Amino acid sequence: MSAIDDVFANLRRQGKKAFIPFVTAGDPDLDFTAEAIKLLAAHGAGICEIGIPYSDPIADGPVIQASYTRALAKKITLAEILKMVRGVSKQVATPLVSMVSYAIVYRHGLARFVADAKAAGLAGVIVADLLVEESGELSEICRRQDFSLIQLVTPTTPRQRAVKIAQAATGFVYYVSVTGITGERAKLPQELLDSVSWLRSQTKTPVCIGFGISQSEHVKLLAPAADGVIVGSAIVRRIAEAATRPREEVLAEVGSYVDGLVGAMG
Amino acid sequence: MRVFTQVPDSAGRFGPYGGRYVPETLTRALVELEAEYEKARQDPAFERELDGLLRDFVGRPSPLYHAKRLSDQCGGAQIYLKREDTNHTGAHKINNTLGQALLTLRMGKKRVIAETGAGQHGVATATACAHFGLSCAVYMGEEDIRRQRPNVFSMKLLGAEVRPVTSGSRTLRDAINEALRDWMSSVETTHYILGSVVGPHPFPWIVRDFQSVIGRETIEQCRERLGRLPELVVACVGGGSNAAGMFFPLIEHAGVELLGVEAGGRGRAVGQHAAPLSFGRPGVLHGSFSYVMQDDDGQTCDVHSVSAGLDYPGVGPEHSFWKDSGRVTYTSCTDEEALRAFDTLARTEGILPALESAHAVAKAIELAPQRKKSDVIVVCLSGRGDKDAHEIARLRGETIS
Repeated sequence: MSAIDDVFANLRRQGKKAFIPFVTAGDPDLDFTAEAIKLLAAHGAGICEIGIPYSDPIADGPVIQASYTRALAKKITLAEILKMVRGVSKQVATPLVSMVSYAIVYRHGLARFVADAKAAGLAGVIVADLLVEESGELSEICRRQDFSLIQLVTPTTPRQRAVKIAQAATGFVYYVSVTGITGERAKLPQELLDSVSWLRSQTKTPVCIGFGISQSEHVKLLAPAADGVIVGSAIVRRIAEAATRPREEVLAEVGSYVDGLVGAMG
Repeated sequence: MRVFTQVPDSAGRFGPYGGRYVPETLTRALVELEAEYEKARQDPAFERELDGLLRDFVGRPSPLYHAKRLSDQCGGAQIYLKREDTNHTGAHKINNTLGQALLTLRMGKKRVIAETGAGQHGVATATACAHFGLSCAVYMGEEDIRRQRPNVFSMKLLGAEVRPVTSGSRTLRDAINEALRDWMSSVETTHYILGSVVGPHPFPWIVRDFQSVIGRETIEQCRERLGRLPELVVACVGGGSNAAGMFFPLIEHAGVELLGVEAGGRGRAVGQHAAPLSFGRPGVLHGSFSYVMQDDDGQTCDVHSVSAGLDYPGVGPEHSFWKDSGRVTYTSCTDEEALRAFDTLARTEGILPALESAHAVAKAIELAPQRKKSDVIVVCLSGRGDKDAHEIARLRGETIS
């Protein structure tokens, strides 16, 4: 049982759903990222995703890409990010997972990446551009280390393939709510609810919905259908304001924004 | 039907290179494209239609031209130019865009997106789309828009929308990122006509096959004119599509030496060149595993070339495979050498080569004197240089309106 499995087991016992926020490591700086993670944990995050900046992030929308560009402009490294995680993971009970591009995992070496991430206190990883067909080696390493490899399913994924992905995933399945890249959307497709409940009927692995979720109404609609809801760009955009505004003020705003979302989950 | 069987394998691998490193969202489109291409390549009607277009619309076969004055001046081997610059739209890129436009129609899609660096692929895509009545959007880095203004205007004249890319280095690499992003949210209705032998499977395979007409014609023309194959074939390598198209049919002819020329830019230091096969190492970029310019943290390095079409930190996976196997040798030449070769070819032969192609010309000029007079070097003259006039004028401090 990984820390993520424990989170979902507990929530299911209570009939609750996981709120999963996303933050970009190092935007505007790593100290603030650590503060933000602690705040999110205190405001009810079930799991927290930490985005590792990459120069060519094809799976991310403009808000997250811009945050990556800003973080990388300061020459941030994976070693520095993991050092920050090592500090903050001791201070929060919320499991932390990283979102990373395969270019970075490969360059560091698969086994070394997982060992270093685990040593820093991360509970799992989402590799946004690693398809289930290519994930065998990393999957094996993660399994040996009891480190979750969270995999993605999208509305364009055929059903049989979705089941295969859910079987290969550990921790949870990340269901991409809209076809496309991360970002805040005004509307969410209706057939999403059906697809998610169907997938949940096919797998014991929790299914969480992410991409394009920013409003309480989205959360209210989606939370009952899934095991958790992931909110990324909307938080990243708010946190980015800490570059130019008083940090306490920004943290307070993020806190009340998150309270609204968590409240909507029921 | 022409059969290209040995590579890639069913996972899209050329040896260890290639594969498919993309978000799940794109999987279905890539699988669909692969299946459609598999069907098309075995369909005689598809081959007939494409061959007809290449003949009547593009003007193929492109000439194999003996650059006699240039050869005499070099004082060694005979230099022949495979004149892809004479194609409609002025470069080899049209060979691929017509093929992929036909695939777009077969898949029932109505919209096309593309990335472009030098603008040649953008113009070739806009041309194919205009020809077939497809809607077309081309992503182009702001820096490249500045360097390649004539091509930008041509795309607009052809009815395409040119979308400036302002992220990152504002060059080809960022244009590919943006095109992939567009495709992720438009995949149901849109085909992405990738312009080089890069990206996730099946693109490196499809683009190489459509460009292989270059190598096939070269073999035929050499046999007809010389009664044999050349000793050496040289092509420039950015993503590597003209080189892949030229080399692939020659791979099995072990007696033909193959030389790929990367952009050596201003020197060997990281950031000063765009030569991953010469100075990089294997890693992942834009959906495939291949040589890449990447730092120790896996971040893509900035690269430089005077030529927008070569200004790219990655290279096609099949080139990585050929490099490791030793079948193709890869080298580089500097901005300076390419600009000098541009001048030389212009003045000795009356041909303005694209700055990309000038890299291959430069290598031929360097190597010809070391070879026997009876030796033959074929250079893939992948495109014409009109598009570079503005940039060359800028480098010389001249202004042309």
